[in-house]
Amino acid sequence: MKEKVIEKILTLLAFSAISILLLITAFIFKEGFPLILKAGINDFLFSAKWAPTKGHFGILSMVISSLAVTFGSIVMGVPLALACAITLAEFCPPRLLVFLKPTIELLAGIPSVVFGFLGVILLVPLIREYLGGPGLSLLAASIILAIMILPTITSISIDAIQAVPLLYKEGALAMGATHWQAIRLVILPAARSGVVTAIILGMARAIGETMAVIMVAGNALKIPVSILDPVRTLTSTIALEMGYSAGDHRTALFAAGIILFIFIMGLNILANALMRKK
Amino acid sequence: MMHINPTLSQKIMKVLLWGLTGLTIGILFFIIFFIFFNGLPQISWTFLSSNPVDMGRSGGIWATIVSTVYLIGIALFFATPLGLGTAIFLTEYTREGLITKIIRFGTESLAGIPSIILGLFGFAIFVMAFGWGWSLLSGGLTLSTMLLPTIIRTSEESILAVPREYREVAFSLGVGKWKTITRVVLPSALPGIMTGIVLSIARSVGETAVIIFTAGSSLRFPESIFESGRTLAVHFYILAREGISMSMAYGTAAILVLLILIINISAYLLMRMFMKKFS
Repeated sequence: MKEKVIEKILTLLAFSAISILLLITAFIFKEGFPLILKAGINDFLFSAKWAPTKGHFGILSMVISSLAVTFGSIVMGVPLALACAITLAEFCPPRLLVFLKPTIELLAGIPSVVFGFLGVILLVPLIREYLGGPGLSLLAASIILAIMILPTITSISIDAIQAVPLLYKEGALAMGATHWQAIRLVILPAARSGVVTAIILGMARAIGETMAVIMVAGNALKIPVSILDPVRTLTSTIALEMGYSAGDHRTALFAAGIILFIFIMGLNILANALMRKK
Repeated sequence: MMHINPTLSQKIMKVLLWGLTGLTIGILFFIIFFIFFNGLPQISWTFLSSNPVDMGRSGGIWATIVSTVYLIGIALFFATPLGLGTAIFLTEYTREGLITKIIRFGTESLAGIPSIILGLFGFAIFVMAFGWGWSLLSGGLTLSTMLLPTIIRTSEESILAVPREYREVAFSLGVGKWKTITRVVLPSALPGIMTGIVLSIARSVGETAVIIFTAGSSLRFPESIFESGRTLAVHFYILAREGISMSMAYGTAAILVLLILIINISAYLLMRMFMKKFS
């Protein structure tokens, strides 16, 4: 009798995460969707005119900015993250690995506000001085994000590389390949789906990151034409304007949240599917 | 095209890859060093134990420490039973199938939701719909949605690591299922479960986006969980962004980074203790 009750309770608890996910979806859509209908999908998605207090709700410049910082962070972060993953999984003695892997994962623990702060203090002046522009820029945001997503990509890639059967590597080495040839021609191709999953999850983190981006991206509302332009992402707009928004303006921020949510869920589902295929 | 012999290219790549890894680790140490170098001199007993004065220009950070502790306490109060319950269900009460697939999909997706979306959600449901306003309760509940996936995942892994035989011995002695779980399985899995909780605390300490929307940023000393409160990380963000006081900002940042270092290292040691036990 008691056992049965306990089992019922545990079953209920087990559905907490999925229920919260559904609640989040329901609330974000309920709060934001009326505005998308009111403004019209076209004027919402494909107009860059954002003046929510005057009835203009175009989020195009923010979508492009979000995609641009994400792309920039991937371009810079992936090579670095892969280099770390290959070194740790292949070249690093196991005794050093148990120390170095958590060290790199510690980088994920540094709060995003601290990354943003260091970006403003150290990186932004460097960009302003040596490359020109206001310094607060797409480039600054991409560099900071690249460092922030690195631990995610490295850690999942290490697991993917270590999951490749040792026989593959031994086979390649036995045929006279050097260790690097074995990595490049055998191990990495075999670990590809795991590495791609890692990159996708890194992208999801980058596109959703808020506080660090607010601090270093400059937050100008326009479509960027150069990497030195200041940009304002979807996440920055939501965070910057939420505090004082009301009425349609607030609804519009939730609507921007819907678009962000769709991007993230798309990336998560893709990563999930890839992981499962393996 | 120039042909580089494989042994040479191996050497070049090895140097390059180690160099990039060194760079990454260098960045981490630089961040920690830079924050400590500028921040540790600001820290004193008065800085820790007095409340902020004049928007944080002077005084200390006591109220923000208390708000942070309240918020993490509330978040764990809700996330731990939910997460542990889910993990026990997944490992002890069911087989892989449609239901576990749905639960895993929910957990993994929730883990991927960025904190700003959770903040919007918490604002819509707790602050507005439930009418709790910006409060530690709204913030803590929202934060618990962020912690839940971590707690589920680490608890599940730790429970799975407890050898089958432990359960079989208990069952063969006629001990009931629930009693076996609470008296045999969970105590053995405890260090692993604690690791998940400790890592959740580290994440909470550094979080801002979720909290600023749901707990607000009042600098007053929180008298109850129905009041707004400003956590350490939010305080640091406001000090730095509004240029209120650089020395206070550095001091607060040093406390943040110090806490995160201590918490992560304890989690690491707990995990090693746990792994040693079963290998």
